[in-house]
Amino acid sequence: MKTVELQNEVFAQKPTQTMSGAQAVVQALIDEGTDLLFGYPGGAIMPVYDALYDVEDRLNHVLTRHEQGATHAAQGYARATGKVGVCIATSGPGATNLITGIADAQIDSTPLVCITGQVHSHLLGTDAFQETDVVGISMPVTKWNFQVTKAEEIPMAIAKAFYIARSGRPGPVLVDITKDAQFEQLEYSQYSFKGLRSYQPKSKLNMQKVAEAAELINAAKKPFVLFGQGVLLSQAEEAFKAFIEKAGIPSAWTIMGASALDSDHYLNVGMLGMHGNYAPNKLTNECDVLIAVGMRFDDRVTGDLSRYAKQAKVVHLEIDPAEIDKNVKTDVAVLGDAKEALLALTGLVDENKHESWLAEFRKLEQEEFAMVVKDELTPSSKELTMGEVMRTINQCTDGQAIVVTDVGQHQMIACRYAKFKQSKSLITSGGLGTMGFCLPAAIGAKMGHPNREVVAVIGDGGFQMTIQELGTIFQSKTPVKIVVLNNEFLGMVRQWQDLFFDKRYASTTMVNPDFQTIVKGYHIQTREVRERSELESAVKEMLNSTESFFLEVKVGREKNVFPMVPTGASVSEIRLK
Amino acid sequence: MKRRYTISVFTEDMVGLLNRVTIIFTRRKINIHSIAASESEVPNVHRYTIVIEEHEDTVKKIVLQLEKQVEIIKAFYHLDEEIVYQEIALYKVPTDVLAAGKEAEKIVRAHYARVLSVESQFTVIEKTGQKEETQALFNELKPFGILEFVRSGRIAITKPMRTLTAIVEELESEIKQN
Ligand SMILES: Cc1ncc(C[n+]2csc(CCOP(=O)(O)OP(=O)(O)O)c2C)c(N)n1
Repeated sequence: MKTVELQNEVFAQKPTQTMSGAQAVVQALIDEGTDLLFGYPGGAIMPVYDALYDVEDRLNHVLTRHEQGATHAAQGYARATGKVGVCIATSGPGATNLITGIADAQIDSTPLVCITGQVHSHLLGTDAFQETDVVGISMPVTKWNFQVTKAEEIPMAIAKAFYIARSGRPGPVLVDITKDAQFEQLEYSQYSFKGLRSYQPKSKLNMQKVAEAAELINAAKKPFVLFGQGVLLSQAEEAFKAFIEKAGIPSAWTIMGASALDSDHYLNVGMLGMHGNYAPNKLTNECDVLIAVGMRFDDRVTGDLSRYAKQAKVVHLEIDPAEIDKNVKTDVAVLGDAKEALLALTGLVDENKHESWLAEFRKLEQEEFAMVVKDELTPSSKELTMGEVMRTINQCTDGQAIVVTDVGQHQMIACRYAKFKQSKSLITSGGLGTMGFCLPAAIGAKMGHPNREVVAVIGDGGFQMTIQELGTIFQSKTPVKIVVLNNEFLGMVRQWQDLFFDKRYASTTMVNPDFQTIVKGYHIQTREVRERSELESAVKEMLNSTESFFLEVKVGREKNVFPMVPTGASVSEIRLK
Repeated sequence: MKRRYTISVFTEDMVGLLNRVTIIFTRRKINIHSIAASESEVPNVHRYTIVIEEHEDTVKKIVLQLEKQVEIIKAFYHLDEEIVYQEIALYKVPTDVLAAGKEAEKIVRAHYARVLSVESQFTVIEKTGQKEETQALFNELKPFGILEFVRSGRIAITKPMRTLTAIVEELESEIKQN
């Protein structure tokens, strides 16, 4: 490969070959290591689809049933594998249908490359058929985007797109390609993007800051670690574990960081946030040093910021400089890759065991168990609970499955109670809270990890937002296991109406179709559970199936998820009931 | 306390980048008082000068959000006392009022403004200065009838001595090491 320097950008280049722009798109994807993409065809992207037809053996295109499904599937794939997810759509409505997934990927730092077709370049700005300004529309929700109007721009645009999507804090990028550029011939060469002067994906570790952080940690009596997706994204799981084990620090996770540390690890003190565990929320306001690793202090995690960990010194290990001091003022910020930072920090921290401090967590955990967890996991009432379904899934999968969730009560229950023994095992829409995320994301996760069990846990509301992706599952024969926890309500909204709107259930009652019949229509095996006695055998039947399987569990209709930090409250005001 | 800040943004030369810059302000419902964009002393590096009134904490966060954009090289923010800044204003007035009496001409001289162009029907006067100064001339010329008036966005030179060329060279050498 030779190196090319263009103004400000540096590429490495391989020898050339003549082909069409559309073929170049496909070749560039293959050159970037893509073997799977999700999408939906249409007029403005047809040349690329035509080129895909020739490489079906090397580049598997999965036809989703809606472009939103393509983005979520690509997200599920990216989150499960750590690789870049790719999706493709036509101009106009195809492109606008991608926006929800792109926004979800942006806020959850998921590497995606989205390719859209666009009208002929001479028609740009004329309100041509299926013309939308997708570059303008997607700008606020992409890490980077670019419009290609000449075939010769394609190889570099795609190389750059992948580089930006996966480097630093990952995120979605979009490349919009006019139809004439897809037809035009070019001399193709493979480029691999090496860097851009205006873009520093990660800072060099500042050892002075690492030393300051270590000093605070070594002096701490009650240190507390909060970890997020940064640990997963930088593949820092082992480094993270070594760090907390050496320093003996209780550690709690955001839902984006779930599964980075085994659920049963002795220092894992549970989930942060609005419906997180009692101990980590309460003790946030009692620790003396708070060490945040690859997390961004989302408001669902912090509650009222003016009463958040005010007593503590804050250390923030973070790749994105814009996150430092954004929500919580930091005493020591260590900028850079989480893994590098953790390895360096581990070298400088003293061995410690904060036994009595850890015992405080365990004590509160028992209170939560007695007040909430026990009855959720082993209910005394006749009605089935979401928690016991999760408990049964845990037992039957031995914590080896990838759990994908939708958004709502079942999501909080799944995050709270799913048990993990492997990293990258919880895939959920964290920052955007996108209903409809789960079913397509589970398809992507399963395709990324054909050998792992993938269990999609969905509410009856969210299921119907992307229910058409059952067609994708059927057509592509993807053995995703689908669990719908049916409470016949938009449960999470109903819970808020119950607690904060005098039980005025405005538009949260769901009159549902017969899901069994619908799913059968897609030739997917189904089972419905109404009685506790059937639950375990049903879950086993589902997991034993080598094909996709749909399990609907009729759960208690008006159950609320606790604990809860009400909006506007401090984390230490978390309610157990 | 909200104060007036001048944000200088150095970017690659790319279609649509101005949009990426302004949406960062729009999203936070921050009104841009003025904006000026042009090429800088470094080839292919563009410079935007943006004036807003905000709390420093917010400005700091905006600057970090700006720098986070892939094609933005650097962004800085300054208070008025940390920069040297100017705006340019053009005034179109009827030529006969200037010719008829000496009064308007005296005003133009007193303000160190200059006459750019004289046509039979109108004359274009140019004044460079800070907003208060260009406004003062506007107010005095107003009784004579101003046919058209335009004022540019602020442009500013910062007092700190680190040069853009040095910054760009440093960034470029970093990529080449990779
Ligand atoms: C696209 C979208 N629209 C609306 C919401 C608001 N919302 C959050 S949770 C929820 C209810 C979800 O109901 P369901 O899917 O049945 O799950 P449950 O809460 O009952 O487990 C709604 C409407 C959302 N998160 N996403």
